[in-house]
Amino acid sequence: MLALLAKRLVQSALILLGVAAITFVLLYALPADPAVLLAGRSATAQTVANIRHQLGLDQPLLVQFWHYLGNLLQGDLGRSFTQKTDVAPLILARLPATLTLMAAGIAMELVIGVSLGILAALRRGGLVDRLVMSLSFVGVSTPQFLVALLLLYVFAATLGWFPMSGYGTAAHIVLPAATLGILGAGWYARIVRSSMIDVLNQDYVRTARAKGLSRRRIVLRHALPNAILPAIAMIGIDIGQFMSGVVVVEAVYGWPGIGQLAWQAIQQVDIPIIMGVTLVSAAAIVIGNLVADLTAPLIDPRIRAG
Amino acid sequence: MFRTLLRRPSLLIGLIVIALVLAGALFAPLIAPYQPDAQMFDGLSLEGAPLPPSHQFPLGTDTLGRDLFSRLLYGARTSLLIGLVANGIAVLIGLLIGTIAGYFSGLVGGTLMRFTDLMMAFPALLLAIVLAALLHPSLWIVALVIALVNWAQVARIVYTETRSLAERDFILAERAMGAGHLRILVLHILPHLVPTAIVWGTLGIATTVLLEATLSFLGIGVQPPEPSWGNIVFESQSYFQQAPWLVFFPGAAILMTALAFNLVGDALRDITDPTQRGRG
Amino acid sequence: MLKTLSRLPSLPLSRSRLLRSSVLAVAIAFAPAVLAPGFVAPAMAQTPGGDIVVTYKDDIATLDPAIGYDWQNWSMIKSLFSRLMDYTPGTPNLVPSLAESFTVSPDGLTYVFKLHKGVKFSNGREVVPADVKYSIERAVNPKTQGPGAGFFGAIEGFDEFSAGKADGLSGITTDADSVTFKLSRPDATFLHVLAINFASVVPKEVVEAEGADFGKKPVGSGTFILKDWVIGQKLSFVKNKDYFQKGVPFIDSFTVEIGQEPLVAVLRLQKGEVDIAGDGVPPAKFLEMTKSPDAAGMIVDGEQLHTGYVTLNTKIKPLDNVKVRQALNMAINKDRIVRIVNGRATPANQPLPPLMPGYDKDFKGYAYDPAKAKELLKEAGLPDGFSTVLYSTNTDPQPRIAQAIQQDLAAIGVKAEIKALAQANVIAAGGTEGEAPMIWSGGMAWIADFPDPSNFYGPILGCAGAVAGGWNWSWYCNKDLQARAVAADSMSDPAKVKEREAAWGKVFTDIMADAPWIPVFNERRIVAKSKRMGGPAEIYVDPTRVINYDAIFVK
Repeated sequence: MLALLAKRLVQSALILLGVAAITFVLLYALPADPAVLLAGRSATAQTVANIRHQLGLDQPLLVQFWHYLGNLLQGDLGRSFTQKTDVAPLILARLPATLTLMAAGIAMELVIGVSLGILAALRRGGLVDRLVMSLSFVGVSTPQFLVALLLLYVFAATLGWFPMSGYGTAAHIVLPAATLGILGAGWYARIVRSSMIDVLNQDYVRTARAKGLSRRRIVLRHALPNAILPAIAMIGIDIGQFMSGVVVVEAVYGWPGIGQLAWQAIQQVDIPIIMGVTLVSAAAIVIGNLVADLTAPLIDPRIRAG
Repeated sequence: MFRTLLRRPSLLIGLIVIALVLAGALFAPLIAPYQPDAQMFDGLSLEGAPLPPSHQFPLGTDTLGRDLFSRLLYGARTSLLIGLVANGIAVLIGLLIGTIAGYFSGLVGGTLMRFTDLMMAFPALLLAIVLAALLHPSLWIVALVIALVNWAQVARIVYTETRSLAERDFILAERAMGAGHLRILVLHILPHLVPTAIVWGTLGIATTVLLEATLSFLGIGVQPPEPSWGNIVFESQSYFQQAPWLVFFPGAAILMTALAFNLVGDALRDITDPTQRGRG
Repeated sequence: MLKTLSRLPSLPLSRSRLLRSSVLAVAIAFAPAVLAPGFVAPAMAQTPGGDIVVTYKDDIATLDPAIGYDWQNWSMIKSLFSRLMDYTPGTPNLVPSLAESFTVSPDGLTYVFKLHKGVKFSNGREVVPADVKYSIERAVNPKTQGPGAGFFGAIEGFDEFSAGKADGLSGITTDADSVTFKLSRPDATFLHVLAINFASVVPKEVVEAEGADFGKKPVGSGTFILKDWVIGQKLSFVKNKDYFQKGVPFIDSFTVEIGQEPLVAVLRLQKGEVDIAGDGVPPAKFLEMTKSPDAAGMIVDGEQLHTGYVTLNTKIKPLDNVKVRQALNMAINKDRIVRIVNGRATPANQPLPPLMPGYDKDFKGYAYDPAKAKELLKEAGLPDGFSTVLYSTNTDPQPRIAQAIQQDLAAIGVKAEIKALAQANVIAAGGTEGEAPMIWSGGMAWIADFPDPSNFYGPILGCAGAVAGGWNWSWYCNKDLQARAVAADSMSDPAKVKEREAAWGKVFTDIMADAPWIPVFNERRIVAKSKRMGGPAEIYVDPTRVINYDAIFVK
């Protein structure tokens, strides 16, 4: 187990290194010259050359990458071109917002998904069951931006129940989290439903039922903990999906997270920020997969990372 | 065949929707009341606001005074074209890498799969956004970007299947009889992968349609004036409160199309391999 | 909805229509010689006090005056720091600020400024002449990587310093109570240069102590002090009680909330939660509010010194042919484009905006005439038109405007393919020789750094800008006009202001004979403010500050 863990950790580190290398090459192949952008319109050629030199952009790509890696190992993500401050604190300052949003989104996904999944499993073939089975497909077929705009239109602009955008209070997080969570909930319901059906058919549940335990008790105490595990493992695999969703959701709702930071940075060719956010997101995805991989056999020997 | 359809209403519905979208795209020039990029002077109010649905413009006009219905029809062409091309490329790359990695396990396979893992570790949308900003976007570039983001998943699945195939007795027997690698791959392994390719080819179109719409919604997808369902929403955002139809008609088109491909893909998956179930 | 942070390397200067009808005639005729020294407080009944809320969509990048160069931070930096020169609120009238008085030598090469006594930085230390020298040298210093260095090019020793061959600007000297500038060439805009943000005075010891963090923890001697900054969320500014001009500013504090969609900001403003929606009013909302009596007094609609244009690359065939460029000028239906932006602009026919000194109101330019345009194309040997590429940034409404231009061009047989790219990529294409035949400037359009016509020439139409990485995307260089421009800029004698403006005006209308641009429209700035906010429109669309926090007040 430990050997496996060590092996997977090394693999993950190598993957992150690869992500860093590819992103770096891609970004520096961009036609836009950050020095020109920074210098502004009234700058002389000398100013532009100075800025390019100060940023180290006049050095060979390999040298630049070597420096970048060296700094990266010390936790230094470089300095933002436009904001002239270190990237790491910029990302750290915005990470709580993104993590809060993701946590709320995942919580919403799980709460809706698990309750619907249980209901569907308990009444197989019933209305809820059929609804869950079809809605799960609608969920994965709907563009996130459409749900974001729809929720905005109905619950913020028309009904006025929630603020349209912003950050800070619990009311602010409802619509963005719903946008993130609602679409996947159907799929989680599906997973919970099928594992619930499995569990309910197992001997210990049958035994419990034979002993005359109440249905409520059986479901909540005995079946649920086992049925919910696959859904939790699924979250690890889904981190990538959440990371992508965050870019759109933060853009529409003006949520001050790293997705918004990345989107602004892309417009301004602020390469250190783009690098930083890409690496942080990639790390999240790698960790998510790692956790999913390592926990899957513990949870259910039948689930193996495919 | 017909009985299969009747037993699976979702498959039937999916196929009907796909047929409708396909017909709309193919016969757009015949159905569309106007040219999709004709900015009509009477298509805007005096203050420059888009017009609501009316007799003259069945789904209203957009922010440049163009007929929304005509643009949606032509937009179907864009979405389907990108869906087929991008996903076709993704499935091809995935098949190629997956089979090679699965068949030649060892250094080659290991390297290829680590590369696949690497691609899967990229935040897909972020990668697509960076690529789209890097390469000046056009319809084909958008298709290419989507293909580059989407192939890894197919490669993983094909890899797993090839691995298990490669260890089966009949392949081992072939090999013992001295059959060349190419012969084994083409004659014995690929045919077994066809169902997988078809399933993922179908499910992938849904993903592709969604990703194209998202890129265009962010303003880095299909270039104007070429209509795409995503860029119609992008251009209409500033009016979404006053003219919600501009957002919701193209949104519904995206949803229906993606849903149809997902339903059909899922049904195909059940038909080809009832034991395999996963997330589309 | 998805508006990105457009880092406009310029500042939107704007003024209201109200101002144009009354005060402006006088304002434009201003000259350094007739300046009344001292702060001219606007004559209105302001009540001190009040805490207000301002919103912006995009994060504030930095408040370091040597670095900040976008329109959100511009007005905040203005109020955090003070400079030798400043403007009367709501006008383009220069007045001494940190300087008590100044003199200019007859040859226009020596400027001496006497500083106010007893002005203090918010850390308590007195501002001395050496701070002025330090601050300007810091803005020019290549190590600062500041975008404003080029503005100080006329100061003696600039070339040596910016090339790293000297440790300071030899042209700036100080004594106990004054600063002297020696110029290497006459520069008629020099007083404006001392009023831009890059000339803000900063305390050396704080800059050195904070290092890179100075932009997040600024210390100045302006009207406000930054109290708190929650990155990505909000900034709180409080009144500087020790500001050296008594009675300024009026409000006690303002809080800038970040990450607010423009539409949301306006809705909140209507509910009374927000006082100024900094990003303006989205078009659809604008139409609704102008019709609604409830919204009366909430919309501030001001003209700014802005021109939106299409560059025609004079180095790319067939645009190298002046007849072709003239034909394209006649092909554009500017009235229709103005309708697409809901009438929030007026059609333009020359590079200078109407409110800029030197604007020629009798100039007719090229009228919309597709038939004549086709004829010109025929004369140029292109009866069937040609194919070309039109670049644009990719944030709404720019791609839409590009499509309107595209349709007009198609009507005379010119097939323009649109490339809507991230702003950075458009700027890169413009600065690469032979790359971009046409660029729609929307989202990047030239807005003046200071209200002087020269600011519309050098980088964007002059020979100096027609270089790799430059901003003259027409790659237009007319040696003859260049010489006239240089001559005009040397006329720093205050008595010749009218003559100089006329000379500049003629340069711009003569440029139109070569037609390197299609001037499309002059955009107005629309801001929403709550009903409790007092004062005339022009301090909310201030020509030099955008929002003038020093002058606004709560009724």
